[in-house]
Amino acid sequence: MAGNEMDSLRQIFFQECEEQLAELESGLLEIEGGGEDPEIVNAVFRAVHSIKGGAGAFALDELVRFAHVFETVLDEVRKGRLDPAGAVVEVLLRSADVLADLVRVARDGGSVDAERIRTGTEELASLSGTPVATGDLAEEDSVEDLGFTPVAVAFPTFDDIAAELPTEPEPTVFEYTVTFKPHASLYASANEPAVLLRELGRLGEMTVSCDTSSVPALSEIDPEGSYLAWMIELKTTQSEDDVRAVFEFVDGDCDLTITANNGAAPPVEDADFEALLRSIREAPVDVAAAADEPAIAEAVIADVSVTAPEFPVAVPDFAAKPDSAKSESKPDKAEKGDKSASGEAAQQTIRVDLDRVDRLMNLVGELVINQAMLSQRLGEAGLARSAEFATGLDEFEQLTRDIQEGVMAIRAQPVKSVFQRMPRLVREVAAATHKKVRLVTEGEGTEVDKTVIERLADPLTHMIRNAIDHGLEKPEDRIAAGKREEGLVKLSASHRSGRIVIDIADDGAGINRPRVRAIAEEKGLIPANAQLTDDEVDNLIFLPGFSTASTISDISGRGVGMDVVKRSIQALGGRVSITSRPGHGSTFTLSLPLTLAVLYGMVVTVADQTLVVPLTSIIETLKPKPGDIHGFGGEARVIALRNNFIPLVDVGRELGYRNHSTDPGAGVALLVESDGGAQSALLVDGIQGQRQVVIKSLEANYGRVPGIAAATILGDGRVALIVDVDAVVAGSRNGGNPESVLALAG
Amino acid sequence: MSESSAALLQSRSSSARELIAFAVGKQEFCIDVMAVREIRGWTPATVLPHSQSYVRGVINLRGAVLPIMDLAVRLGFPPAEAMGRHVIIVVQVGSQVVGLLVDAVSDILTVTASEILPPPDVASDMAKHFVCGLLAMEGRMLSILSVDSVLPEREGTEVQ
Repeated sequence: MAGNEMDSLRQIFFQECEEQLAELESGLLEIEGGGEDPEIVNAVFRAVHSIKGGAGAFALDELVRFAHVFETVLDEVRKGRLDPAGAVVEVLLRSADVLADLVRVARDGGSVDAERIRTGTEELASLSGTPVATGDLAEEDSVEDLGFTPVAVAFPTFDDIAAELPTEPEPTVFEYTVTFKPHASLYASANEPAVLLRELGRLGEMTVSCDTSSVPALSEIDPEGSYLAWMIELKTTQSEDDVRAVFEFVDGDCDLTITANNGAAPPVEDADFEALLRSIREAPVDVAAAADEPAIAEAVIADVSVTAPEFPVAVPDFAAKPDSAKSESKPDKAEKGDKSASGEAAQQTIRVDLDRVDRLMNLVGELVINQAMLSQRLGEAGLARSAEFATGLDEFEQLTRDIQEGVMAIRAQPVKSVFQRMPRLVREVAAATHKKVRLVTEGEGTEVDKTVIERLADPLTHMIRNAIDHGLEKPEDRIAAGKREEGLVKLSASHRSGRIVIDIADDGAGINRPRVRAIAEEKGLIPANAQLTDDEVDNLIFLPGFSTASTISDISGRGVGMDVVKRSIQALGGRVSITSRPGHGSTFTLSLPLTLAVLYGMVVTVADQTLVVPLTSIIETLKPKPGDIHGFGGEARVIALRNNFIPLVDVGRELGYRNHSTDPGAGVALLVESDGGAQSALLVDGIQGQRQVVIKSLEANYGRVPGIAAATILGDGRVALIVDVDAVVAGSRNGGNPESVLALAG
Repeated sequence: MSESSAALLQSRSSSARELIAFAVGKQEFCIDVMAVREIRGWTPATVLPHSQSYVRGVINLRGAVLPIMDLAVRLGFPPAEAMGRHVIIVVQVGSQVVGLLVDAVSDILTVTASEILPPPDVASDMAKHFVCGLLAMEGRMLSILSVDSVLPEREGTEVQ
């Protein structure tokens, strides 16, 4: 049970790490782009700091060490001692990548290249080491010697304060007498006087004495009672409010008086601070334990009276840096509060199990079907025309649609989560290809279904690699062409007529059409001397087996090409298109459905069966004239279309609904584009209309059906099958054993 | 009186099973009631291409796509002329939910293990594959079907 709890905590930690890393990266990018808001630097610092703190709790030493070095540098930036310009921010971005890798390794296992960590650490150390090189190093070492990990857990920011002692002058010192008597409720709510006293100790020099006078005889001790009080003499540069703020979280759970005494007292001799903390921590615990263990009770009481009296303490180290103490010594809780308060859009979010959302999604799908059935039935009964029913039905329909949209919005996420991975990719690819690249992203807030987002990452990665590797010219060629040395890759997302459109544009040389043509001819993808428009040439790069890179580079050309990109986009119900201007660059456009739960389809009739053909596959519909149909050996037929012969696929025959071919003149042909860009004409008996359908799995209760992608339920309550266009076309080519290409591609 | 009812109670608690009895063609069958989720009337099914002959197609069961097995064909009888009086028994095995098309449901029987006879050794495929026991009741003979074996093998749904 405890293991499970730990596991779930671990999981939460890594989820938060992902968020922190994302924030870190976007913050650094903002800084790189010239953002000067100190809040950005703070956010970046907090991100690394939180990762370090959490990692300490899980004893992820390597991660803690690196995060610590990183944090030290960021703190320099935050203090304004290091200008985050040019080279510095590049180091920071690289370090963010290393940190992300370390987090990943901590989560999934494996290892990070030790060399990378070493270089990263050295780069960072050289940044932070500049002002007081030797002193800093010594400081660093001593912190390590104290045992770094426990420090990170117990005092999250102890080392930061210690790291910057020697600089600032000493301002006016105030003296306070603080009496602090916790109530039992303070312990009950899991507060700990030792922690509070330690916080207080950070404000300045203090002398603590413990008042044990109210500890009763053992027989009368309530194990959960509170009997100790403390009197603290504090010398600090902070105001009374700051002193009081230490006790903010136990307000009401203790008696607290703070009185200011004017005039400086002589400095207190140094004493063992740790010993004090230990004894304070142990005192109430032992008293509590005493009740259970009468045998040792007397000894414990004796112990209390021995350890309880005066503890003169000096904490001179902390007094030296009041500013840092103020900003650093806030407990994590306060820091989190800070963050949400200062974030521009303090949005409240909850984590929800994806299964619950999916279940809701399914239910809404059923609701939509039911609503459609109801209106159809009422229509059939002739009731829909009556005004009362009509208004009711309209409202019902409107509500259903609103609910559907609302539920889909739960699953919808901004594409930011994918876009955010791209800057790192661009940095790496740019470094590997020795090109200078600037990535501009737009429309990161555009929302689309989570599943779509997840399956978008790979194609996008591939296309951006291609844009840099093949699209952008080398720096010297760019200069020769009169362009800026730095290439531009623009990634933008927007909503357009119920779909999400993602553009990947580069300002490179554009597609080298003669070369593309030559390669396609050489590889036998097109016949020599084929008449192709510029557009058709551009689209050749989507053909399987096409790769323009003459050498197989690390970046792209690893055997997978744009055909894979196209396949995976089509599997999502999307399309890829390309526009290119020689010398000015190319733009790849992805158009994707907003969700995978519904699909726009054309409802058709084949051999008295109702089928749905996904609209994304259909290019056009046509009524074939008898003269256009030609036999083509055996039983195959082709249809003549604009000086082209396109294979005609009889859907009814292909799916085994009938054994003989129908008269093409009596039906309708759907011109579809299938796997690899080849066109075919699907022959169906008639078209019923177009509509949005909710996708239902056939596999859950039955299994895969060749030639069928899924099922749906139409307004009449009957099941209609959704045609897997690629499989049907492929099946007709193989002579009637369609394999579901869609399922394979997905 | 009281002794016999006590004995009945005992046998009930130890080995009693409830079976649902139905007719396919002229024969009577039964399956364990625990596998049955619901019983509903016949609605026309959407034909699945390239499916086994005993797969009637799929129907809409409150938003889920439910495959329908024609038990008559599955058991080697001529296909049922499906119409209004036919009944679909919706059964669940594991996570798979399937409808069985039968002629009519007759009643629910409570039987003890001792009443169940082993299936006779006959040449018919049906007996070997699907029947796991026989029941004699007032001169009728009911075959107990094992639900798992009646369902289509999920990998073998593609005919060729």
